[in-house]
Amino acid sequence: MELRVTDLAVARAGVPVLEGVSFRLLPGRALVLRGPNGIGKTTLLRTLAGLQPALSGRVEAGEDAIAYAAHADGVKATLTVAENLGFWARAFGTRGVGAALAAMNLEALADRRAANLSAGQRRRLGLARLLVTGRPIWVMDEPTISLDAASVALFGAVVGRHLAQGGAALIATHIDLGIAAEVLDLAPFKARAPGLGGRIGAFDEAFG
Amino acid sequence: MIALLIRDLRLAIRAGGGFGLGLAFFLLVAVIVPLGVGPEQAVLAKIAPGILWVGALLACLLSLDRIFALDFEDGSLDLLATSPMPLEGVVAVKSLAHWLVTGLPLVLAAPVLGVLLNLPVAGYGWLLVSLALGTPALSVIGSFGAALTVGLKRGGLLMSLLVLPLYIPTLIFGAEVVKRGAQGLAVGTPLALLAGITAGAVALLPFASAAAIRVNLR
Repeated sequence: MELRVTDLAVARAGVPVLEGVSFRLLPGRALVLRGPNGIGKTTLLRTLAGLQPALSGRVEAGEDAIAYAAHADGVKATLTVAENLGFWARAFGTRGVGAALAAMNLEALADRRAANLSAGQRRRLGLARLLVTGRPIWVMDEPTISLDAASVALFGAVVGRHLAQGGAALIATHIDLGIAAEVLDLAPFKARAPGLGGRIGAFDEAFG
Repeated sequence: MIALLIRDLRLAIRAGGGFGLGLAFFLLVAVIVPLGVGPEQAVLAKIAPGILWVGALLACLLSLDRIFALDFEDGSLDLLATSPMPLEGVVAVKSLAHWLVTGLPLVLAAPVLGVLLNLPVAGYGWLLVSLALGTPALSVIGSFGAALTVGLKRGGLLMSLLVLPLYIPTLIFGAEVVKRGAQGLAVGTPLALLAGITAGAVALLPFASAAAIRVNLR
């Protein structure tokens, strides 16, 4: 399943942040997004995930192909690790959380309430959710926050296996996951100011 | 869908889930009012339908802001929005879960509290029927208010102001059913209007709520 982005422009709170973004992500490949804070990595990923509309341009992916992992893990503190993961498995219509628990080294914690997890363990649970979605394209926003070196390596291996099985991954990250990935630097795509010929955002339309 | 319902019910009954919050509030209202109004049985019998319905309505209002706010804060709402479930379905299921946790216990507890307020015997059946028909509308309308204010910090006040006017018709017709039932009058008209409001709200508002959430997630 291929992800094709053509001349995409995205806005955060009505202000254009990126424009002219184009790339293709083929099955089995990973693409790492780089760029300074505030350049619009999260905004771009949320747009690709379908949570907000693009200002212009096209995003082509198969129906229900993208699994999105945000900064927040969506973990319920009063449910156990297995209950949290089991809910997402059923929500996405897949079965069995055992493989995902094993892959993210959570088996020993399966019956522990999520409230009692450390930040890194909670993050591993959030990432294990990607495995139970059964979707081919993983879109991840800073997935390695609060992971230790061993967990980063573990997660890198999980992503590597996903790619080997024909999946694809789009990752906004500042650290090396140890997988072969192309790098897309977003700095050249920064939206121009309206005075320099850039587009006028929705905010300005309302007041201009 | 069923998974979401089970998850929401499970969250509600675990520690800190808010199950029983509305019920406890309802109980307090029904216990305190006779103390404040005084023991004249005729007065209590007269105000009982209205007090019970106002109590139920405020008890519902109390737990509304939890419907979506908790899922928004921990990121679940983003993930639910990108899941295969349609957002309209998510809203409908969460409204149902809210009713099961808040509305249904109120319906079942109301006859007991009617005794405290000296509700005439003929009114008990109608109290049950009117609450059973009316409280689903309270949950669905409340979900709409919660959806409109989901991204706001401390949006509870704004949500109450938005939701209360929409609750008024349900309150008027619900209390009217009990009042007329208690006096042995025909209840057909207010009952039909109450059921109509609920049917309309349940059919239409999940779509409006889902649209509001989509805007608020941007």
